[in-house]
Amino acid sequence: MWEEIGRLTLEHLVMTLIAIVSATAIGLPAGVLVAHQRAYRPWLVGFASVMQTIPSLALFGFLIPVPFIGGIGKRTAIIALVLYALLPILRSTLAGIQSIDGAVLESARAMGMSTAQMIREVELPLASRSILSGIRIAAVTTIGTATIAAAIGAGGLGTLVFRGLATVDTQQILAGAVPAALLALLTEGGLEWVERRVGSR
Amino acid sequence: MPPLVEFRAVTFAIDGHVILNAFNLSIEPGETLVLLGRSGSGKTTVLRLINGLLFPTRGAVFVEGRPTTEWDPIRLKRRIGYAIQDIGLFPHFTVGANVGLVPRLEGWPPERIGARVDELLRLFELAPSEFVTRYPRQLSGGQKQRVGIARALAADPDLLLLDEPFGALDPVTRVEAQRQFRNLASSLHKTTVFVTHDVREALLLGTRIVLMRGGEIDTDVAAGAFRNAGTSEAQAFLSCLEP
Repeated sequence: MWEEIGRLTLEHLVMTLIAIVSATAIGLPAGVLVAHQRAYRPWLVGFASVMQTIPSLALFGFLIPVPFIGGIGKRTAIIALVLYALLPILRSTLAGIQSIDGAVLESARAMGMSTAQMIREVELPLASRSILSGIRIAAVTTIGTATIAAAIGAGGLGTLVFRGLATVDTQQILAGAVPAALLALLTEGGLEWVERRVGSR
Repeated sequence: MPPLVEFRAVTFAIDGHVILNAFNLSIEPGETLVLLGRSGSGKTTVLRLINGLLFPTRGAVFVEGRPTTEWDPIRLKRRIGYAIQDIGLFPHFTVGANVGLVPRLEGWPPERIGARVDELLRLFELAPSEFVTRYPRQLSGGQKQRVGIARALAADPDLLLLDEPFGALDPVTRVEAQRQFRNLASSLHKTTVFVTHDVREALLLGTRIVLMRGGEIDTDVAAGAFRNAGTSEAQAFLSCLEP
């Protein structure tokens, strides 16, 4: 039993980590893009918002018949988790950049910074706290949503929850739910600590 | 010598709203030209057209004989020191990094940047040992403003654009800052375009005063002759001098 919990926790963690890293790799540049290109904003933010409104079980279900990215298993689950995590990361990046004092951006431009230099040296550092809080929210919700991914055979702690539900075995349900909750709390606390460190610079 | 900056029949409009109208102006090397005028008279727009933050709707602005539209936009901005009205120091950079920004972008070696930063801070009476490592939030309003001007001077530009640099200061600090600037200007030999709505400041600091009204030039005279200017707008500004 303990051995299984340990293995599934690790599986859960790896799945979440891959999803969050991928969602950040997509959402952060997309946030920077929509901060600069107003025209793309409704499209990208709209897409991410719509993804978030689809119930997770339904989204996992929808993806199964899709060619190349669909099917049963981890890959499909991770794709669904990435789609969920996009919105908080995209939003927080955009909000972080929008909250920068206009005078700072104007002086950066007036001194002859290129767009790339402005993004790297001014916008990302000043938006870092907001971006990190978006990643934290995405990570915590992804840990929760990932339990449901077991429904399409992705493994993780949801495996115990679903098995417990099917056999009406409360102990089994708790064996999946408690570690998942602990994982979420630890992630929350850890990323909050990182945020404070970054913010106090 | 040819003018450093020349506006030839420049009109600038946003959404059909005309901000500058057929504007002509030559800025000669070495002068301290004060752009005086009410809020909304187009003073800041003139500065922004010089360093290529804006481009004319009609006409052309020449810097060193070349239209701003033909300059590499980044080269142009780095050749000109510009202290914007709201200062805009980078809150995540130290004072030293703020002042040394343009030299760093220009690829100066670190020792040379450090020496230049120290030199400028000393010039503005900010002890380098104390201020280089401070952050903007640890500065008073007057100190921020001086760091802002020091930053504009960092890469030793021939042309300095200052937009109401003393606008946010209390009256006492303001007078001190003006006096300090006057001493500094005479030793720096820079061409300076200085925007203000304060006629006292214009008379104190300028070698030439250009009074703007509704996007056009109302009066353009040597600073010493401004008191004799006859237009109603000039009279309105001069009447501020009476107690």
